[in-house]
Amino acid sequence: MNWIPVILAFSVLGLIGLVFGVILTIADKKLKVETDPRIAQVRELVGGANCGACGFAGCDAFAEAVVEGKVKPNACPAAKAAAIGEVLGLSVEVGEKKVARVICQGHNGVVTQRYEYDGYKSCATAAGVAGGPKECRYACIGLGDCMKVCPFGAISMENGIAKIDENKCVACGNCVDKCPRSAIRIIPADTKVIVLCRNADTGRVARAACMKACIACQRCVKTCKYGAITVENGCARIDPEKCTRCGECAKVCPCGCIVDYSVVTPEA
Amino acid sequence: MNEIAKILLFMVSCVLSNNYIFSRFLGCCPFLGVSSKVETAAGMGVAVTFVMAIASLFTKLLYDLVLVPLNLGYLNTISFIIVIAGLVQLVEMFIKKASPSLYKALGIYLPLITTNCAVLGVTILNISSGYNLFYSILNGTFGALGFLLAIVLMAGVRERLETSKVPECLKGFSGSLIIAGLMAIAFMGFSGLGN
Repeated sequence: MNWIPVILAFSVLGLIGLVFGVILTIADKKLKVETDPRIAQVRELVGGANCGACGFAGCDAFAEAVVEGKVKPNACPAAKAAAIGEVLGLSVEVGEKKVARVICQGHNGVVTQRYEYDGYKSCATAAGVAGGPKECRYACIGLGDCMKVCPFGAISMENGIAKIDENKCVACGNCVDKCPRSAIRIIPADTKVIVLCRNADTGRVARAACMKACIACQRCVKTCKYGAITVENGCARIDPEKCTRCGECAKVCPCGCIVDYSVVTPEA
Repeated sequence: MNEIAKILLFMVSCVLSNNYIFSRFLGCCPFLGVSSKVETAAGMGVAVTFVMAIASLFTKLLYDLVLVPLNLGYLNTISFIIVIAGLVQLVEMFIKKASPSLYKALGIYLPLITTNCAVLGVTILNISSGYNLFYSILNGTFGALGFLLAIVLMAGVRERLETSKVPECLKGFSGSLIIAGLMAIAFMGFSGLGN
């Protein structure tokens, strides 16, 4: 067999590739575009999760806008805003820290199961099958749609409902948009006393659906000395302006759906 | 026929009767993908024109000066792909440096041209049709202008459709394909022109 054409073909193709490689390397050096080094620094500090909470196309676009002064560093919930301020020589007021919270305690065993869901593991799909596997129409379905969209890995599934790691959560709101039950809310991290139920059904129906559902018994309303609690649409609601975080309501709630996070560590 | 008339006729045939999209059906991917707005369609068309013209020049030179003397004509497809990919990269870097605003406007369309089959199609047709260097460049440039014409026309039609009442089943991609087919039939009216 004559090997010369084969070797020739290999070397010609290799040479073409090599020539272009060299040309491109030189061109890359020669035609390098000077970018503001601060953009790279800011880009480092925003973390790079591309969560979209700032409203820009991604962390790169945000970093560019920050350096150009079009937007304040604290528009990014994940950023170390103070550090960005140092890079740019600005003073940055750091906003109040917020977190996402799952407004549901319907663990397996607590909430009544209507049927056993054995389909595609997605809350949106399950919610479409006769209203979801859980009796409570307001409950976290627990198949992890929020977990999949969380860019920070802050959400895990425990015992049938979502659990959010406060330390990892930056309140970007991706999970809030994704939840088919709207069972996640963004609230200030220092909100300590929370009604962890959204069930608007009457007491008996709510109780039948879930052991930890708010049955609108009004006991918390009567206990609260500050008039911070009202029952609206069959579910207790705490006015954050009036609440003093005394935690009395959490003690009297017969269903355990009001939780005082200053006493209990956030379980889920 | 004198030479100038021949060249003019060749240009016209490249744009109309041998239109790369409507009569050769090359480059249909960007034609359908990037034709929702006239502005971006025109940007894509201009970028393709640029790349096709220089790709025609370089591949013709490569074929005539390297591949043919070494009896390696069968390597044309693979070596042309390397050349086109390299050229696109080079053009991208150059535009980024020379005109950041044009770079931003063209955006991702520039690197996408690497995989545009019309560019490879032009370079291979140049060889198989036996064009000389001058005609190769003409074919590349005016073939690409035909592409520009087609994609801008398509974008115009689709922009109009956005605001008009279209039956549900014809919205989106299915409608686009039907429009593309109708436009191809219309372009068949030019066939025979300039051959």
